Amino acid sequence: MTGTNRLGGRFAGIDVGGTFTDLLHYDSKAGQVRLAKVPTTQDNQADGVLAALDAASVDAAALDLIVHGTTTTTNAVLERRLCKTGLITTMGFRDVLELGRRTRPQAYGMSGQFRPLIPRDLRLEVPQRMLADGSEYRALDEHALRAALRQLRDEGCESLVIHFLHAYANPAHELRAGQIARDVWPEVNLTLGHALLSESREYERGVTAAVNASVQPLLRRYVERLADRLAARGYARDLLVMTGNGGMVSARIVAEEAAKTVMSGPASGVMAAAFTGRRAGIADLLTYDMGGTSTDVAMIRGADPAVSHEIEVEYAMPIHVPMVDVRTVGAGGGSIARVNAAGLLQVGPDSAGSTPGPICYGRGGTEPTIADANMVLGRMDPGKLNSISGDISIAAIRDSFAGKLGDPLGLDAQSAAAAVLRVANAKMADAVRMVSISLGEDPRDFALFAFGGAGPLHACAIARELGVPRVLVPARPGITNALGCIVADLRHDYVQTINTPLDECGMAAVHQAFAHQTEEGRRAIGREKVNIAELRVVHSVDMRFIGQTHLLRVPLPGPAPTREDLQQRFEDAYFKRFQVTLPEIRAALVNVNTSVIGRRPEVDLSLLIDADGRRNTLAEAQTGTRPVWFDDWIDTPIYWRDHLPAQATLTGPAIVEQMDCTLLLEPGDRAVQDADGNLIVTVAGQG
Amino acid sequence: MTLDPITLTVIQSGLQQVCDEMDLSFSRAAFSPVIAEANDRSDGIYAAEDGSLIAQGSMGLPVFVGVMQFSTAQIIKMIAAGSVIAPEPGDIYIVNDPYLGGTHLMDVRFAMPVWRDGKIFCWLSNTGHWPDTGGAVPGGFSASATAVEQEGLRLPPVRLFKQGTLDPEIYAIICSNIRVADQRIGDVKAQAAALYVGQSRLTRLLDRYGDDTVREAIAELRARAAQQMRAHIAQIPPGTYRASAFIDSDGVVNEPLEIRLAITADSDQLTFDFAGSSAPCVGPMNSVLATTHSAVYLAMRHIFPDVPISAGAFEPLNILSPEGTFLDARYPRPVSGCAAEVSQRIAEAVFAALVGPLPDLVTASPAGSSGNFALGGEVPEEGRSYVMYQISGGGYGGYAGGDGISNGCSTIGISKAPPVEIMEQQFPVLYHRYALHEGSAGAGKYRGGFGLDYEVEVLKGTARASFVMDHGRTGPQGALGGEDGGANRVEVTQGGKSFVPEHLSKAQDIALSAGDRVRVRTPGGGGYGPSAERDPALVAEDVRLGRITTEAAQRVYGKPSPDDC
Repeated sequence: MTGTNRLGGRFAGIDVGGTFTDLLHYDSKAGQVRLAKVPTTQDNQADGVLAALDAASVDAAALDLIVHGTTTTTNAVLERRLCKTGLITTMGFRDVLELGRRTRPQAYGMSGQFRPLIPRDLRLEVPQRMLADGSEYRALDEHALRAALRQLRDEGCESLVIHFLHAYANPAHELRAGQIARDVWPEVNLTLGHALLSESREYERGVTAAVNASVQPLLRRYVERLADRLAARGYARDLLVMTGNGGMVSARIVAEEAAKTVMSGPASGVMAAAFTGRRAGIADLLTYDMGGTSTDVAMIRGADPAVSHEIEVEYAMPIHVPMVDVRTVGAGGGSIARVNAAGLLQVGPDSAGSTPGPICYGRGGTEPTIADANMVLGRMDPGKLNSISGDISIAAIRDSFAGKLGDPLGLDAQSAAAAVLRVANAKMADAVRMVSISLGEDPRDFALFAFGGAGPLHACAIARELGVPRVLVPARPGITNALGCIVADLRHDYVQTINTPLDECGMAAVHQAFAHQTEEGRRAIGREKVNIAELRVVHSVDMRFIGQTHLLRVPLPGPAPTREDLQQRFEDAYFKRFQVTLPEIRAALVNVNTSVIGRRPEVDLSLLIDADGRRNTLAEAQTGTRPVWFDDWIDTPIYWRDHLPAQATLTGPAIVEQMDCTLLLEPGDRAVQDADGNLIVTVAGQG
Repeated sequence: MTLDPITLTVIQSGLQQVCDEMDLSFSRAAFSPVIAEANDRSDGIYAAEDGSLIAQGSMGLPVFVGVMQFSTAQIIKMIAAGSVIAPEPGDIYIVNDPYLGGTHLMDVRFAMPVWRDGKIFCWLSNTGHWPDTGGAVPGGFSASATAVEQEGLRLPPVRLFKQGTLDPEIYAIICSNIRVADQRIGDVKAQAAALYVGQSRLTRLLDRYGDDTVREAIAELRARAAQQMRAHIAQIPPGTYRASAFIDSDGVVNEPLEIRLAITADSDQLTFDFAGSSAPCVGPMNSVLATTHSAVYLAMRHIFPDVPISAGAFEPLNILSPEGTFLDARYPRPVSGCAAEVSQRIAEAVFAALVGPLPDLVTASPAGSSGNFALGGEVPEEGRSYVMYQISGGGYGGYAGGDGISNGCSTIGISKAPPVEIMEQQFPVLYHRYALHEGSAGAGKYRGGFGLDYEVEVLKGTARASFVMDHGRTGPQGALGGEDGGANRVEVTQGGKSFVPEHLSKAQDIALSAGDRVRVRTPGGGGYGPSAERDPALVAEDVRLGRITTEAAQRVYGKPSPDDC
């Protein structure tokens, strides 16, 4: 590509969220950042994308790169607006997608619904069979295959999955069937079961393939439409689309592996957090993204986000492709507070959502929520109530707290609101702790990275509950996902299953697998035509003791480990995780993994807040005071984030407001602004 | 009360968190797939004075709801009586005696006191399903056992860990009496580690809020849980509600066993009377008292899932002693079927009795079987022997909100069934089919879900097949005019000839060799409401998708008319 062999250029990161489409335009030559936030246009997200470009006065023709985060596939999956898709599978196994793994939606309660992604009449069987060792048990009946292809085509299917048992061990039948399908039905959107995920477990692999096939045409049409409209504005470069592993892929090929974009939104936020933390010298982070209806949590170790291959997007819908491991926990601003039959205050799990939303939104909500509690206690600006809602008064919200919660609990309105926050924060802290522990780490070893509309309002209290010493609040918490589009790495992940006792493993084959994966990754990144500052290759293995089912990921320093080396590293990692040694039992090598990561050029985050707008003193940055409840009403100084002086230090109680976000420092919390404009909060009361 | 309601809520979720962390750490570190993958385990906190349940992990296997309070109570009693040695800090008891507040022998309990200032503050206990504890057949599910000694090694409460160290002598005795003993050490360490994790988390909670405050909160939470359960029960109109559920046979004597249940609702309390149920049986389909209680608790929790699992929630549930019936078996009655099958029939009786007064909350009967199929085999030419378990689900009952789901997990479980690909990797078998059990859903306004239909062939060597399933005689009960679901059906093809085992759903040691096959069709769920009220479009859809035949649709629903098809 021209002009990009050195750092710099003009980049636009555009993230489509549920409510807003955010744009971050970064011009390294001019040393300038421009931002825009416009309403998301759900019917055609491209309208919002172009509106965002207009709002920031960005000339598409002058851009070197656009990176785009879209929820097209996310929404299609969650709302089941899927393309008509057929399945051709092994004789006797067409119902795998309908039977699942024998589960129910919740541990207690015997009711609930499940709808398979592909209906039974579009799931056809053909004679063929591979065995677990990859040998052919029964040849592929090509005649039956052709008949099945014709039948699905005549049914009007737009997409097709070919998914055979044990294709991860030997894909020959899937490959041959794919070839025939392309011959007789060239226009079909085809997904082979082993192509995205070459691992055993027929339900998970089948669902992953079915999700991919059934959103593929939607994503293809959307990115083509967007690329055309950008081209019409003179944008001549490649459009890149964010994927769920925190990497990105060219719009030209992204639809081939459409399933990889399903969880891309949360992933880009985590990538931005990792990047911001690395520059701030805080490499170990728990991200805390609190929105209106839910809260997303992820873990970053050594500036690398944890990646999982086993995400279940909703009940019985596993998508087993590498994704940043983002867990949705507990409550959001819209979570409703109630007193239950036991007389105990409960926050959530019911949510007022965005319609009617909290009472303070003024859209007809009547149930007290977390957001309303923040309003009653002065943590959010009650003066802004009118601008949000029109005719809801703070008195009306207080009455709701007094009547619905205060009376049964014997509390006045503000004590009831404070109780809601205390319960909510304790609950969210518990949820964050469970995420951390399930990933094998003590949360106290991490800093909390707070973003999303409500994250910084609760982060210090939650950090205190968790015993987390520091909170990092980035300069622009509300546009973190768009920043992720700018800073995310190019990334390709490879997994090869070996599944052999370690002492029987041919190490040459292991080394060869690493070499092959590395080569694949380098080639893939070479094709992306994007400027990268550094190419990193990260190797790891998944191991377990023979007889165990859970795997432990063991990072490796290079692609040529010895057998003894693997044994030792595994034992060390196992002891670190479980505090148990098991010299009695042999180890097995299950997977060989390589991630090839192209790190993008540095982005100067200090540009996120315009230096010219900064004031010289804290006093000049203060916009006023208001009473805020911290066990009692305290007249609390309010600051405007963009006006904070470069070397600001704030001590709580204090409130820092900015365009789309409010940070609350409780008494004793101390925030120091760093060179990038992040506020690093040292949380009071941590021993 | 001096405690404010907010601190109360926070301590409640703190105690819950301690249990959830124990559950998580047990599964993550365990070796046996039955614990690590199937989560056949549970962890909880129990009162120092009487072992009553304070809190239990939300990810525990449902069948263990409330169970460990009985075994902990026994240990406390036996310590007081001097029949068990009193603990010192760091000691962990192991016990699996079914008659001392247990389930079957494979559910092995650990119990450890938490010490504060030299005194026991509370107990932590967990249960893990060990893949084998000795006995006549691998895995312990002997369908023809007639005494508990044939089912495995029975351990009274003994201190397996003394002051934090594993007692090698007791451990050696255990290992000499169980199969694949060399892998048990991983599970034993995982089970103990979960208790240590719980101890350190609970200690943090106590340090933060103070022992007295937490003690006070525990008492108050117990009262509140009882209050919450009473409020739910109060919506049941006063009266007596009756239902029966039947077990195909005890595995030895080929006659059905009846669970006869009368539930009396009296303002805010329910009384469960099992009088008239069958006498203790010869084969292993007996239940012990702790399991019978637990089955009632878990059924009620399925109906009112929001009440926290604690002794308080059980207070308004008055279970009359089922003495003299097979639901209160005494030594030496065999009991291996109690947790997996009998408990599910008890839950079915509870559902069937209460669906009338609580039509919006209770479903028609679910398949309610764990579907245990065990295959123990040898491949002499490879010098290899193996034990394979196939568990399976079945259809759930229709309910006020719609049709039941297909291939749902057992009522008492939360575990996933293993994928066919994994089974074929590990064992010399070939699955020919893994499909919907067509036609198995009980008809109704909202039909049941469908069962599973699988067929597996032994590829090499020889093997012995055993089955512990149920609902082979009759399918799961329909409700409010809905019809019963399809029955379970086992079919064995041996040397080219097919037969159904004498006891239908239970059999032991059927000899198989390469080429022989086993086909299992699991039950569909019961229908809910009269089938005449079913939306014709839904009937037509089931016909179009081949889930039911046109003939069945016309026979059962009177639709679709031939013109519609």
